[in-house]
Amino acid sequence: MTGNSGLWAYAITEPGGGDALTKHGGGHLSRLTGVAGATVRTVAAGGFTVLVSDVDLAEFGEVALRRNLENLTWLEEVARAHHHVIDAASGLFPLLPTRLATVYSSHAAMAAALARRQEELRAALRRVGGRVEWGVKAYLAPQQDARDTEQPAGGQVGGETAPGEGGAGLAYLKRRRAQLNAGERSARAALAGARAVHEELSGRAAQARLHPPQSPQLSGNQMPMLLNTAYLLDASASDGFASAVAAAATAHPELRLELTGPWPPYSFAGED
Amino acid sequence: MTTGNVIQPGAEAAQLYGTSRAGGPVNLGDILERVLDKGLVIAGDIQINLLDIELLTIKLRLIVASLETAREVGINWWENDPWLSADAGRRADERELRAENRKLRGRISELESGEPNGSRR
Repeated sequence: MTGNSGLWAYAITEPGGGDALTKHGGGHLSRLTGVAGATVRTVAAGGFTVLVSDVDLAEFGEVALRRNLENLTWLEEVARAHHHVIDAASGLFPLLPTRLATVYSSHAAMAAALARRQEELRAALRRVGGRVEWGVKAYLAPQQDARDTEQPAGGQVGGETAPGEGGAGLAYLKRRRAQLNAGERSARAALAGARAVHEELSGRAAQARLHPPQSPQLSGNQMPMLLNTAYLLDASASDGFASAVAAAATAHPELRLELTGPWPPYSFAGED
Repeated sequence: MTTGNVIQPGAEAAQLYGTSRAGGPVNLGDILERVLDKGLVIAGDIQINLLDIELLTIKLRLIVASLETAREVGINWWENDPWLSADAGRRADERELRAENRKLRGRISELESGEPNGSRR
């Protein structure tokens, strides 16, 4: 790097917390690469150890960064690289992941920023560090929809209209209305179910966060998402939590539950 | 954790898809949601306000179409989310609601026009 380089921060940990990186000197982590393929290293700054890599300010400086973040291909590459480093390191020592695009022009600037918030960050590390995050999404199960809309013509609802009384058109209309109402009822029941699942799972977690539900384009799943949550757990509680999600899935056939993790504790690193 | 861990507790029951850190590529949406929106914010001396990045307003489209229903039932946490309560968010909401209204109006007239002549659509 030339004099025109900056520092990209991935995560902070207690002083010496990142020793695992160097202890694994001969292992895969010594070759841990971050954004733009740069080697990740630990530096002491502001009373913490920070995972950083060098970035060229021609690409990651303020003006360039603003422009590059608008490029989805660039963003995806950088986001995956950032996540990869945090994910690999979080298995080795407790850490707080930093938000994407935390860049400093110098070590001194980084140290000053961390030193200013030392107490608060230390408390966050105690609260979150070493724990894992699990994500749970609840979708409206598709078979409910299918049942509602594929109700046969001679069914309970259509049968209310005697033949010749209003005709097939009216019968269809009534049936259609009943189907729409039933669809709305099952959506409401599913929402209530999703809330119940969230309450149950929250009770097992150290902390819980609600995220806005994702659109089908983002989730890659055509079912409507009703709930998008994150739970902070001790690593040892992971198996029990997965079983609880499985049990909730059985208890709520109106929902499709998706479990992802373990994640580094992204959703719990910031303030409440 | 195992990869591709799909549990089907019973016929037609919910599925669980487990991913692991050793597993395949993690869903980009899940990653972006976390690295852009969560995580520790420490002011860098290189100041980028992610809220200013236009592309990131894709986030505003993360809201499901059943927004209105969810709000009625009281699931409306996103209203406290700075991403989603920003002006752009309200505009996106309104656009979505208008589109939904148009769709519903179309459906009503479709149903109404089906009534007199008994046609199925």
